[in-house]
Amino acid sequence: MTFASLIFYLLGLVVLIATLLAVTARNLMHAVVHLVISFVGTAMLFYLLGASLLAALEVIVYAGAIMVLFVFIVMTLAMPVSGGEGWRYPLQWLPAGVLCLVLLVAFTALLAAGPSVAQPMSLASASPLDLGVYVFQRYWLAVEVVSFLLFAALAGALYLGRKSRTERQGEGR
Amino acid sequence: MVPLEHVLVLASLLFLVGAACVVARRNLLMIIIGVEVMLNAAGLALVGGSLYWRNLDGQALVVFILAVAAAEVSVGLALVVLAHRRRRSLNPDDFKMLGGSR
Repeated sequence: MTFASLIFYLLGLVVLIATLLAVTARNLMHAVVHLVISFVGTAMLFYLLGASLLAALEVIVYAGAIMVLFVFIVMTLAMPVSGGEGWRYPLQWLPAGVLCLVLLVAFTALLAAGPSVAQPMSLASASPLDLGVYVFQRYWLAVEVVSFLLFAALAGALYLGRKSRTERQGEGR
Repeated sequence: MVPLEHVLVLASLLFLVGAACVVARRNLLMIIIGVEVMLNAAGLALVGGSLYWRNLDGQALVVFILAVAAAEVSVGLALVVLAHRRRRSLNPDDFKMLGGSR
Protein backbone atom coordinates (compact mmCIF):
# COMPACT_ATOMS: atom_id res chain seq x y z
CA MET A 1 0.00 0.00 0.00
CA THR A 2 1.52 3.29 -1.06
CA PHE A 3 1.45 6.48 0.96
CA ALA A 4 -1.11 8.12 -1.34
CA SER A 5 -3.57 5.24 -1.06
CA LEU A 6 -3.17 5.21 2.74
CA ILE A 7 -4.13 8.90 2.77
CA PHE A 8 -7.05 8.14 0.47
CA TYR A 9 -8.50 5.48 2.77
CA LEU A 10 -7.99 7.63 5.88
CA LEU A 11 -9.69 10.61 4.24
CA GLY A 12 -12.49 8.43 2.93
CA LEU A 13 -13.13 7.11 6.41
CA VAL A 14 -13.14 10.63 7.87
CA VAL A 15 -15.54 11.89 5.20
CA LEU A 16 -17.88 8.93 5.62
CA ILE A 17 -18.00 9.18 9.42
CA ALA A 18 -18.45 12.96 9.37
CA THR A 19 -21.30 12.64 6.88
CA LEU A 20 -22.97 9.93 8.95
CA LEU A 21 -22.71 12.11 12.06
CA ALA A 22 -24.13 15.08 10.15
CA VAL A 23 -27.09 13.07 8.87
CA THR A 24 -27.97 11.66 12.28
CA ALA A 25 -27.29 14.79 14.34
CA ARG A 26 -30.27 16.08 16.34
CA ASN A 27 -28.83 19.55 16.69
CA LEU A 28 -28.87 21.41 13.37
CA MET A 29 -25.74 23.38 14.19
CA HIS A 30 -23.85 20.14 14.94
CA ALA A 31 -25.01 18.76 11.60
CA VAL A 32 -23.65 21.81 9.78
CA VAL A 33 -20.27 21.62 11.54
CA HIS A 34 -19.94 17.89 10.77
CA LEU A 35 -20.80 18.68 7.17
CA VAL A 36 -18.01 21.28 7.01
CA ILE A 37 -15.55 18.56 8.08
CA SER A 38 -16.99 16.26 5.42
CA PHE A 39 -16.62 18.88 2.68
CA VAL A 40 -13.07 19.81 3.67
CA GLY A 41 -12.19 16.10 3.58
CA THR A 42 -13.78 15.82 0.14
CA ALA A 43 -11.70 18.79 -1.00
CA MET A 44 -8.55 16.96 0.11
CA LEU A 45 -9.74 13.87 -1.79
CA PHE A 46 -10.20 16.04 -4.88
CA TYR A 47 -6.64 17.30 -4.50
CA LEU A 48 -5.38 13.73 -4.09
CA LEU A 49 -7.22 12.73 -7.27
CA GLY A 50 -5.54 15.52 -9.20
CA ALA A 51 -8.20 18.23 -9.24
CA SER A 52 -6.45 21.12 -7.51
CA LEU A 53 -8.78 23.87 -8.77
CA LEU A 54 -11.83 21.87 -7.72
CA ALA A 55 -10.33 21.32 -4.27
CA ALA A 56 -10.02 25.09 -3.82
CA LEU A 57 -13.52 25.65 -5.20
CA GLU A 58 -14.95 22.98 -2.90
CA VAL A 59 -13.53 24.74 0.15
CA ILE A 60 -14.64 28.18 -1.06
CA VAL A 61 -18.12 27.32 -2.33
CA TYR A 62 -19.24 24.29 -0.31
CA ALA A 63 -17.42 24.54 3.00
CA GLY A 64 -17.35 28.33 2.84
CA ALA A 65 -20.33 29.94 1.18
CA ILE A 66 -23.02 27.27 1.39
CA MET A 67 -22.30 26.24 4.96
CA VAL A 68 -22.15 29.86 6.14
CA LEU A 69 -25.57 30.32 4.53
CA PHE A 70 -26.84 27.31 6.50
CA VAL A 71 -25.39 28.67 9.74
CA PHE A 72 -27.08 32.03 9.15
CA ILE A 73 -30.44 30.41 8.45
CA VAL A 74 -30.20 28.17 11.52
CA MET A 75 -29.41 31.21 13.67
CA THR A 76 -32.01 33.57 12.21
CA LEU A 77 -34.87 31.09 12.36
CA ALA A 78 -34.29 30.79 16.10
CA MET A 79 -35.57 27.26 16.35
CA PRO A 80 -35.37 24.90 19.31
CA VAL A 81 -32.08 23.01 19.41
CA SER A 82 -33.57 19.90 17.84
CA GLY A 83 -34.88 21.96 14.93
CA GLY A 84 -38.44 21.24 16.01
CA GLU A 85 -38.09 17.68 14.81
CA GLY A 86 -38.01 16.04 18.20
CA TRP A 87 -37.01 12.65 16.81
CA ARG A 88 -40.68 11.68 16.62
CA TYR A 89 -40.35 9.65 13.47
CA PRO A 90 -38.27 6.52 14.03
CA LEU A 91 -40.46 4.78 11.46
CA GLN A 92 -39.09 7.13 8.82
CA TRP A 93 -35.84 5.19 8.87
CA LEU A 94 -37.65 2.11 7.51
CA PRO A 95 -38.30 3.49 4.00
CA ALA A 96 -34.82 5.04 4.12
CA GLY A 97 -33.34 1.60 4.82
CA VAL A 98 -35.32 0.06 1.96
CA LEU A 99 -34.12 2.82 -0.37
CA CYS A 100 -30.52 2.25 0.77
CA LEU A 101 -30.84 -1.48 0.08
CA VAL A 102 -32.21 -0.92 -3.42
CA LEU A 103 -29.50 1.65 -4.22
CA LEU A 104 -26.83 -0.67 -2.82
CA VAL A 105 -27.97 -3.51 -5.08
CA ALA A 106 -28.09 -1.12 -8.06
CA PHE A 107 -24.58 0.24 -7.42
CA THR A 108 -23.16 -3.25 -6.91
CA ALA A 109 -24.73 -4.43 -10.15
CA LEU A 110 -23.38 -1.35 -11.97
CA LEU A 111 -19.86 -1.90 -10.65
CA ALA A 112 -19.98 -5.59 -11.52
CA ALA A 113 -21.38 -5.01 -15.01
CA GLY A 114 -19.04 -2.21 -16.01
CA PRO A 115 -15.53 -2.55 -17.39
CA SER A 116 -12.94 -3.81 -14.94
CA VAL A 117 -11.54 -0.85 -13.02
CA ALA A 118 -9.62 -2.76 -10.37
CA GLN A 119 -6.07 -1.89 -11.38
CA PRO A 120 -4.55 0.98 -9.38
CA MET A 121 -4.51 4.40 -10.98
CA SER A 122 -1.31 6.39 -11.28
CA LEU A 123 -1.20 9.85 -9.79
CA ALA A 124 -1.73 12.83 -12.04
CA SER A 125 -2.70 16.43 -11.62
CA ALA A 126 -4.52 18.91 -13.82
CA SER A 127 -3.33 22.46 -13.32
CA PRO A 128 -6.01 25.10 -12.71
CA LEU A 129 -4.93 26.80 -15.94
CA ASP A 130 -5.55 23.64 -17.96
CA LEU A 131 -9.00 23.14 -16.47
CA GLY A 132 -9.95 26.79 -16.95
CA VAL A 133 -8.86 26.83 -20.59
CA TYR A 134 -10.64 23.52 -21.17
CA VAL A 135 -13.90 24.72 -19.62
CA PHE A 136 -13.95 28.00 -21.52
CA GLN A 137 -13.01 26.36 -24.83
CA ARG A 138 -15.29 23.34 -24.76
CA TYR A 139 -18.13 24.44 -22.49
CA TRP A 140 -18.44 28.19 -23.06
CA LEU A 141 -22.16 27.86 -23.77
CA ALA A 142 -22.70 25.98 -20.50
CA VAL A 143 -20.79 28.71 -18.65
CA GLU A 144 -23.18 31.30 -20.09
CA VAL A 145 -26.20 29.19 -19.14
CA VAL A 146 -24.87 28.77 -15.60
CA SER A 147 -24.40 32.53 -15.31
CA PHE A 148 -28.07 32.94 -16.26
CA LEU A 149 -29.00 30.29 -13.70
CA LEU A 150 -27.08 32.08 -10.94
CA PHE A 151 -28.73 35.37 -11.89
CA ALA A 152 -32.16 33.76 -11.80
CA ALA A 153 -31.34 32.21 -8.42
CA LEU A 154 -30.27 35.62 -7.10
CA ALA A 155 -33.49 37.25 -8.29
CA GLY A 156 -35.59 34.38 -6.97
CA ALA A 157 -33.95 34.37 -3.56
CA LEU A 158 -34.38 38.14 -3.26
CA TYR A 159 -38.05 37.89 -4.27
CA LEU A 160 -38.80 35.04 -1.89
CA GLY A 161 -36.90 36.54 1.01
CA ARG A 162 -38.43 40.01 0.99
CA LYS A 163 -41.15 40.92 3.45
CA SER A 164 -44.71 40.97 2.17
CA ARG A 165 -46.69 44.23 2.13
CA THR A 166 -48.91 43.27 5.04
CA GLU A 167 -45.91 42.47 7.25
CA ARG A 168 -44.30 45.79 6.43
CA GLN A 169 -47.51 47.68 7.29
CA GLY A 170 -47.76 45.71 10.49
CA GLU A 171 -44.31 46.90 11.49
CA GLY A 172 -45.17 50.53 10.72
CA ARG A 173 -48.07 50.59 13.12
CA MET B 1 -2.77 4.94 -5.85
CA VAL B 2 -6.12 3.30 -5.27
CA PRO B 3 -8.12 1.67 -8.06
CA LEU B 4 -11.10 3.56 -9.47
CA GLU B 5 -13.37 0.91 -7.97
CA HIS B 6 -12.66 2.13 -4.44
CA VAL B 7 -13.36 5.74 -5.36
CA LEU B 8 -16.70 4.68 -6.85
CA VAL B 9 -17.54 2.62 -3.75
CA LEU B 10 -16.82 5.59 -1.49
CA ALA B 11 -18.91 7.88 -3.72
CA SER B 12 -21.85 5.45 -3.73
CA LEU B 13 -21.72 5.07 0.05
CA LEU B 14 -21.80 8.87 0.43
CA PHE B 15 -24.72 9.00 -2.01
CA LEU B 16 -26.57 6.37 0.04
CA VAL B 17 -26.11 8.40 3.22
CA GLY B 18 -27.43 11.52 1.49
CA ALA B 19 -30.45 9.70 0.06
CA ALA B 20 -31.26 8.19 3.47
CA CYS B 21 -31.04 11.69 4.98
CA VAL B 22 -33.53 13.07 2.46
CA VAL B 23 -36.02 10.27 3.11
CA ALA B 24 -35.64 9.83 6.85
CA ARG B 25 -35.29 13.31 8.30
CA ARG B 26 -38.40 15.38 8.93
CA ASN B 27 -36.79 18.78 8.75
CA LEU B 28 -36.61 20.97 5.65
CA LEU B 29 -33.02 22.05 6.38
CA MET B 30 -31.85 18.46 6.84
CA ILE B 31 -33.46 17.53 3.52
CA ILE B 32 -31.47 20.25 1.74
CA ILE B 33 -28.32 19.01 3.51
CA GLY B 34 -29.03 15.50 2.19
CA VAL B 35 -29.28 16.86 -1.35
CA GLU B 36 -25.92 18.61 -0.88
CA VAL B 37 -24.30 15.35 0.27
CA MET B 38 -25.64 13.56 -2.81
CA LEU B 39 -24.32 16.27 -5.17
CA ASN B 40 -20.95 16.06 -3.43
CA ALA B 41 -20.83 12.27 -3.88
CA ALA B 42 -21.60 12.66 -7.59
CA GLY B 43 -18.72 15.12 -7.85
CA LEU B 44 -16.34 12.69 -6.18
CA ALA B 45 -17.26 9.94 -8.66
CA LEU B 46 -16.75 12.34 -11.57
CA VAL B 47 -13.32 13.44 -10.34
CA GLY B 48 -12.28 9.79 -9.91
CA GLY B 49 -13.38 8.97 -13.44
CA SER B 50 -11.59 12.05 -14.69
CA LEU B 51 -8.32 10.74 -13.23
CA TYR B 52 -8.86 7.21 -14.50
CA TRP B 53 -9.53 8.16 -18.10
CA ARG B 54 -7.10 11.13 -18.11
CA ASN B 55 -9.90 13.33 -19.35
CA LEU B 56 -10.83 16.79 -18.09
CA ASP B 57 -14.53 16.43 -18.93
CA GLY B 58 -15.31 15.02 -15.49
CA GLN B 59 -13.67 17.91 -13.69
CA ALA B 60 -15.42 20.41 -15.97
CA LEU B 61 -18.74 18.82 -15.06
CA VAL B 62 -17.96 19.19 -11.34
CA VAL B 63 -17.48 22.94 -11.85
CA PHE B 64 -21.07 23.11 -13.11
CA ILE B 65 -22.29 20.90 -10.27
CA LEU B 66 -20.79 23.44 -7.85
CA ALA B 67 -22.60 26.31 -9.56
CA VAL B 68 -25.92 24.45 -9.64
CA ALA B 69 -25.53 23.48 -5.97
CA ALA B 70 -24.94 27.11 -5.01
CA ALA B 71 -28.02 28.25 -6.94
CA GLU B 72 -30.14 25.43 -5.53
CA VAL B 73 -29.14 26.17 -1.95
CA SER B 74 -29.78 29.90 -2.18
CA VAL B 75 -33.29 29.44 -3.58
CA GLY B 76 -34.00 26.47 -1.31
CA LEU B 77 -33.03 28.33 1.83
CA ALA B 78 -35.09 31.34 0.75
CA LEU B 79 -38.07 28.99 0.40
CA VAL B 80 -37.34 27.53 3.85
CA VAL B 81 -37.33 31.02 5.38
CA LEU B 82 -40.63 31.80 3.62
CA ALA B 83 -42.19 28.52 4.82
CA HIS B 84 -41.01 29.13 8.37
CA ARG B 85 -42.49 32.63 8.29
CA ARG B 86 -45.87 31.26 7.21
CA ARG B 87 -46.22 28.29 9.53
CA ARG B 88 -43.56 28.68 12.24
CA SER B 89 -42.48 25.14 11.48
CA LEU B 90 -39.87 23.28 9.46
CA ASN B 91 -41.64 19.95 9.46
CA PRO B 92 -42.62 19.03 5.88
CA ASP B 93 -45.76 17.32 7.23
CA ASP B 94 -47.10 20.75 8.19
CA PHE B 95 -47.15 21.85 4.56
CA LYS B 96 -49.76 19.62 3.03
CA MET B 97 -52.50 22.22 2.43
CA LEU B 98 -52.52 23.57 -1.11
CA GLY B 99 -53.23 27.27 -1.32
CA GLY B 100 -51.90 28.13 2.13
CA SER B 101 -55.10 28.09 4.18
CA ARG B 102 -54.91 30.10 7.36
